[in-house]
Amino acid sequence: MTVEELREVAEKEVARQKEYKHRVLYCSAAGCVSCGSDATKAAFRNSLKEKGLDKEIEVLGTGCMGLCGQGPLVKVHSDDSLYERVDAEAAKKIVEEHIVNGRKVEENLIDTSAPFFSSQKKVVLENCGKINAESIEEYIAVGGYEALAKCLTELQPIEVIETVRKSGLRGRGGAGYPTGLKWGIVSKAKGEQKYLICNADEGDPGAFMDRSVLEGDPHRILEGMAIAGYAIGATQGFIYIRAEYPLAIERLKLAIKQAERLGLLGNRIFESQFNFRIDLRIGAGAFVCGEETALLRSIEGRRGRPRPRPPYPSEKGLWGMPTLINNVETYANVAPIINRGSEWFASIGTPKSAGTKVFALAGNIKNTGLIEVPMGVPLRTIIFDIGGGTLSGTEFKAAQTGGPSGGCIPKEFLDLPVDYESLATVGSIMGSGGMIVMDSTSNMVEVAKYFMEFCKDESCGKCIPCRVGTVHIHGLLDKISKKQATQDDLALLEEFCVTVMKTSLCGLGQSAPNPVRSTLKFFRDEYEQLLSKPLTFVPSSNGNGSDKHA
Amino acid sequence: MADPTTSKSPAGHPSGDNRFKLLDRTITKYHSRGDALIEVLHAAQGIFGFLENDLLIYVARALRLPLSTVYGVATFYHFFRLKPKGEHTFVLCMGTACYVKGAAGIQKAVEEHCQCKFGETTADNKISLIQARCVGSCGLAPVAVIDDNVAGKLTSETALNRIKQMQSTATEVVA
Repeated sequence: MTVEELREVAEKEVARQKEYKHRVLYCSAAGCVSCGSDATKAAFRNSLKEKGLDKEIEVLGTGCMGLCGQGPLVKVHSDDSLYERVDAEAAKKIVEEHIVNGRKVEENLIDTSAPFFSSQKKVVLENCGKINAESIEEYIAVGGYEALAKCLTELQPIEVIETVRKSGLRGRGGAGYPTGLKWGIVSKAKGEQKYLICNADEGDPGAFMDRSVLEGDPHRILEGMAIAGYAIGATQGFIYIRAEYPLAIERLKLAIKQAERLGLLGNRIFESQFNFRIDLRIGAGAFVCGEETALLRSIEGRRGRPRPRPPYPSEKGLWGMPTLINNVETYANVAPIINRGSEWFASIGTPKSAGTKVFALAGNIKNTGLIEVPMGVPLRTIIFDIGGGTLSGTEFKAAQTGGPSGGCIPKEFLDLPVDYESLATVGSIMGSGGMIVMDSTSNMVEVAKYFMEFCKDESCGKCIPCRVGTVHIHGLLDKISKKQATQDDLALLEEFCVTVMKTSLCGLGQSAPNPVRSTLKFFRDEYEQLLSKPLTFVPSSNGNGSDKHA
Repeated sequence: MADPTTSKSPAGHPSGDNRFKLLDRTITKYHSRGDALIEVLHAAQGIFGFLENDLLIYVARALRLPLSTVYGVATFYHFFRLKPKGEHTFVLCMGTACYVKGAAGIQKAVEEHCQCKFGETTADNKISLIQARCVGSCGLAPVAVIDDNVAGKLTSETALNRIKQMQSTATEVVA
């Protein structure tokens, strides 16, 4: 494939799409599929056939359109009207009214000028919900693989790294390490072979951003990986993805096959000297494998147990070779940066946290779904403008970010800008992007206990602080929630948290106490209310019920 | 490391079970490399439904790995099952979004009804109750995956109805 041939594919696809009067896009991401979007698709096809319109109207599945709670979602492409809760009956109505008569079906229509849409900025998700995720031609028609072509034909690897560095892109997996810097380190590392990994082991409960990107725009990730491979000098990439995401796995397999068929992966891509292959590695359900050294072991076919760093994977990674590990969303940002330049990217967001961030908004909130906002927007905008406030209408209490490694942000900090540094100042982390909203009915001790139970189960057992500490912290939280704990237990709990945080081997253990620490910091009264005894210890005369902590 | 009884390429199973030939295809695809262990176990579980001891021994020999390594990996990852599944599966999502929206209540109701805990299979081998970390359908919380179909926005009643439905269906004869 040459650059000219790529453009030809794009032109052909654009011409093909123009032949249709309307294109009806239904969401075929996991959320809408479970609301029954397959039945919606069948209903559209059937009623179009009845009307004899099936040659003029194209019905196709796309990636996530965002409002997952209101699915199945359908978009009529010619005038961008978006419909919610489209069951078979509504589908029939849309065909009869909108497509035949040109009148929109008001009862299912979504107001796309609402803050849910207008407050967002889509970079990573720009193609999600617009193109057919299973067609490489559609991706190419919206400018796909142009960035890879530009890198291979115009730029030196060092220039690619420099562009990414200048853009200010930081790792979207949660820690926020500058991406360009990481690429630079791996490119300079010595090794006969270099590897590149896309971490798609999205283990945080309540997070589905990576899944949506992989299901909705898989080629974007492949392109980003190929560009990174060129920049650092790797010829082999792996995508490590959870077995729990069967649809994403299927789409990626298909995408890799399509890219290989067109010569966009494989040998001598765009007639350059660059060869690049991508293979899938399927995880098997271990949260700790999201930690990079554990992930490396898992790809090598062993138990996913972390090892001490240094050496960092950028020096000694897969099979001892220099390895670059980035998150799905990080790779998804690469192609737009190359296409539109680092200045454009740096102009979005804040000076220290450039670009946008995708969040999976869930919990007690009206508009659950997938959103993308510029870095640095206040939490209030996300929860109230985009999310529409709490579902129950009761007062907002806290937002939990970062999953089991993150913390709760209480309502006092609603005006906090959402970026890496600001979240850290209140004891939470950006995390990979799960955001769970809690209203006044949520019990914070239970929330902390829930996360600790998760960490306890998922601890790999290699280092003692994490293996033993999480069990003890969970036990203490259980005791507190059963109103059997004393002030001493609370003090012990805090001590354990610090010990586990400071002495654990990997990120899982080091961050496991975060949910407890942040709820203790902001909702200490909820803990204290559950204590069975007041501050002072009074020995009981009847020996009943007072020394329960024994 | 190498097991002296290992043959160079997989040569089927002495029992003559044809399913092993299917598994051999995956093993050959990865050139009997030890680092493909997880992929091979995925394939094995896909073919056999669960990983029994005999199967683990077969995989260990084919990949020239110590059985302890194979067993260690099979037990480390939640996805691998060492026991057979029930006729139906009920996977309840315990992700944060589902938890906040009351998955724990559903768990309790289902456990009481089935008289069996999550992680186990009911005494009549009808339903396996499984907990998932997060199935990624948080917009529909609380969610369960019932026989590979996602059921969203559950309540204790709707969940119990689905369970009763599964219990009442006659045992299908597997052809």
